[in-house]
Amino acid sequence: MHLSTEANGDQRQNTQTHGSPQTYLVVYVALMGLLLLTVFASSWGLGATWGLVVALSIAVTKALLVILYFMHVRGSSRVTWLFVAAGFVWLAILLGLVIVDYLTRSWFGA
Amino acid sequence: MTEVNSALGHHFTDLAQQREANTLGMWAFLATEVLFFGGLFAAYLVYRSAYPEVFAAGSEHLKMALGAINTGVLLTSSLTVALAVHAATQRARNRLLLFMALTVVLGLLFLGIKGFEYYQEYQENLVPTINFTWEGNNASQAMLFFVLYFFMTLLHALHMIIGISVLLVMIFWAWRGWYEEDDMPVERFGLYWHFVDIVWVFLFPLLYLIGR
Repeated sequence: MHLSTEANGDQRQNTQTHGSPQTYLVVYVALMGLLLLTVFASSWGLGATWGLVVALSIAVTKALLVILYFMHVRGSSRVTWLFVAAGFVWLAILLGLVIVDYLTRSWFGA
Repeated sequence: MTEVNSALGHHFTDLAQQREANTLGMWAFLATEVLFFGGLFAAYLVYRSAYPEVFAAGSEHLKMALGAINTGVLLTSSLTVALAVHAATQRARNRLLLFMALTVVLGLLFLGIKGFEYYQEYQENLVPTINFTWEGNNASQAMLFFVLYFFMTLLHALHMIIGISVLLVMIFWAWRGWYEEDDMPVERFGLYWHFVDIVWVFLFPLLYLIGR
């Protein structure tokens, strides 16, 4: 019951916040700009660690733009946000715990 | 909201609830896809942290310019899909067909460029189990990079092939005017396509841009 009332309220909002072609074009230009930035940044000689941090920051920004605007998550209901976040929370657990294991093995001489 | 509409399933209260369930179901599927690719990203993370120099050396053998062009092609296809979804909500059939067809062309262009890259890597003896040869030390570690490269990009390409196949069928349905009654399948397809785009947005820097 709760989900259906929330969905009702959301729908009126959803049709308006689904984005306009103008918004999509602005997002697209930003995405292409970030693509150029990530290619140029790779030639700055930032080193392995900072190079990875910069490349992943740009990739996360691009992914957020696609999710929020192209996939209409911006302006969608709370329960949609929950479903979207769930996948990435579990991904963070997967990657986070795996890498914590491997990065700390040398501390104990294993 | 309770008008008679053939798009409304009898188990839903109204179209708004159906639309919400449609979106949530698709995101639940995409969460499984995130974790499906996540296993490969975890393997990549472990082996790259173990052999950073060899992974950087392997990455230099990939065609960075072609990878960057392909990223642009995929981002453009995400724009055309977003415009197709918009056209479907507007019940603009010709515009929907145009943007769906453009998406197919861009998807095939991506696969063509990717195939050309695979061909060049085959020529350069970089394909594990077929003809992999590596100058210098750490050949088995370098092979690990290329196993991950081929596995991740081929799994991504498989998603592209499925997406293009589905889209070709949907173009026929769109031409028949089916989405003027119910545009939710177009929305669902859009979520899938954008997800596949996002996977590539991470694959490109992780595979092509390390150690330059």
